[in-house]
Amino acid sequence: MILPGDLRLRLAAAFVAVALWSQLAGLAPALLAVLLALALFALARQPLPWRRLLHLEAFLLLLFVTLPFTIEGHPVLSLGPLDASAEGFARAFVLAAKVTASVLLIALLIGGREPLHLGRALAGLGLPEPLVRLFIATARYIGVIGAEARRLRDAMRARGFRPRSNLHTWRSYGYLVGMLLVRALDRADRVEDAMRLRGFTGRYPRAPLPAPVPADWVGAALITGAAALTLIWDKL
Amino acid sequence: MTDLIRLTDLDLARDGRAVLSGASLALAPGERLAIVGANGAGKTTLLRAIVGLERAQAGEVALFGNPATREADFRAARPRIGFLFQDSDDQLFCPSVLEDVAFGPLNTGLGPGEANARAATTLDRLGIAHLAERFTHRLSGGEKRLVCLAGLLAMEPEVLLLDEPTNGVDAANGARLAAALAAYDGAMILVSHDDVFVAAFATRAMILAEGRLAPGEIHDHPHLHRHPHIHPA
Repeated sequence: MILPGDLRLRLAAAFVAVALWSQLAGLAPALLAVLLALALFALARQPLPWRRLLHLEAFLLLLFVTLPFTIEGHPVLSLGPLDASAEGFARAFVLAAKVTASVLLIALLIGGREPLHLGRALAGLGLPEPLVRLFIATARYIGVIGAEARRLRDAMRARGFRPRSNLHTWRSYGYLVGMLLVRALDRADRVEDAMRLRGFTGRYPRAPLPAPVPADWVGAALITGAAALTLIWDKL
Repeated sequence: MTDLIRLTDLDLARDGRAVLSGASLALAPGERLAIVGANGAGKTTLLRAIVGLERAQAGEVALFGNPATREADFRAARPRIGFLFQDSDDQLFCPSVLEDVAFGPLNTGLGPGEANARAATTLDRLGIAHLAERFTHRLSGGEKRLVCLAGLLAMEPEVLLLDEPTNGVDAANGARLAAALAAYDGAMILVSHDDVFVAAFATRAMILAEGRLAPGEIHDHPHLHRHPHIHPA
């Protein structure tokens, strides 16, 4: 098992590897990054996150629609007054490969982890306490707010609301979002009151996490090392 | 005369658990039907199935004499059915009371002027015209419930579905609520734990247990009883 068990090292390795890969410029190194990420999935015997990838690739299609027409270069395709450049297509391919590799790596290393554990690991890496608390509270309450939104939408439907493209629809959706924000703020105040009543003073008393075992360091070093080698090949 | 609402052998399961299994009921014009049952017996689900917010896996829903199976069927019937939610906060989403009450009439195609006039009249009829410009999320529990009811009555529904209407409502607003419901001449289905309220309004009762509806009997008899209460000293 090459993946580090310690979540702090996973986060650090993912961050460093993605930062390195973001600097790739050549198509071959970017494709190698994708291959590396896929190899990690195979080594870890994890199923590929198809749903996540599908959402991502649909978004990346935008690159292929826009970049060829906005980057200057040798025209390979003409649509009326617009010319698509070979350089634009190449750039789109590199970007798509880099983003896919990064998302695969992040999904493998930290996807599916409990937000609470992620928060603890982030605090262990020295992330400021308020940011950690924001992260944990958001993960905790997003479902509550989502459920509130669903119930309000049900109530709107029960009163004969049907979305159309008119002012009434946009105003109603605006009110819906506004009301959710107001409620979320109120709820945040109540949650804070409840926390203060139980002795909260602004710092979360967290037990220090156990030190990573040597195998975790090796795993993290292998992942970041492989990412560094990809970048070195790219820059040679 | 056709039934306003007719459910035939409704089966509805959620998360693999049967909530309704063979539930049937018919609501005739002018009837006020109380549905009682333990917590979690599926009373709210039953009301949601009537307006199509939840779909039964088997059985038939007929609204105003027409079978309702698709969203379009339910959508056509919803303006004629006012559904008062258990939690008023789930129902109020506009910043001001007047806007919230005008929301339904706007959905049924009234212009902004007419909708606001209709909303103002409805608030006045319920005795809460003074709330018109208030923010909905700053109202008391009883005020919120009355504003929700105003939002439904502004659509002039033929049927009201009331889910625990007296929950969290103070005495003064409870009296306004009772007066408004007494003045309402349409049919209603009433889900409530408040026996006094049920006995005062319902003309018929049904009991929901194990996913089925069985006829119940409302009776009123004197009890010799004592209970503590508080008045100004």
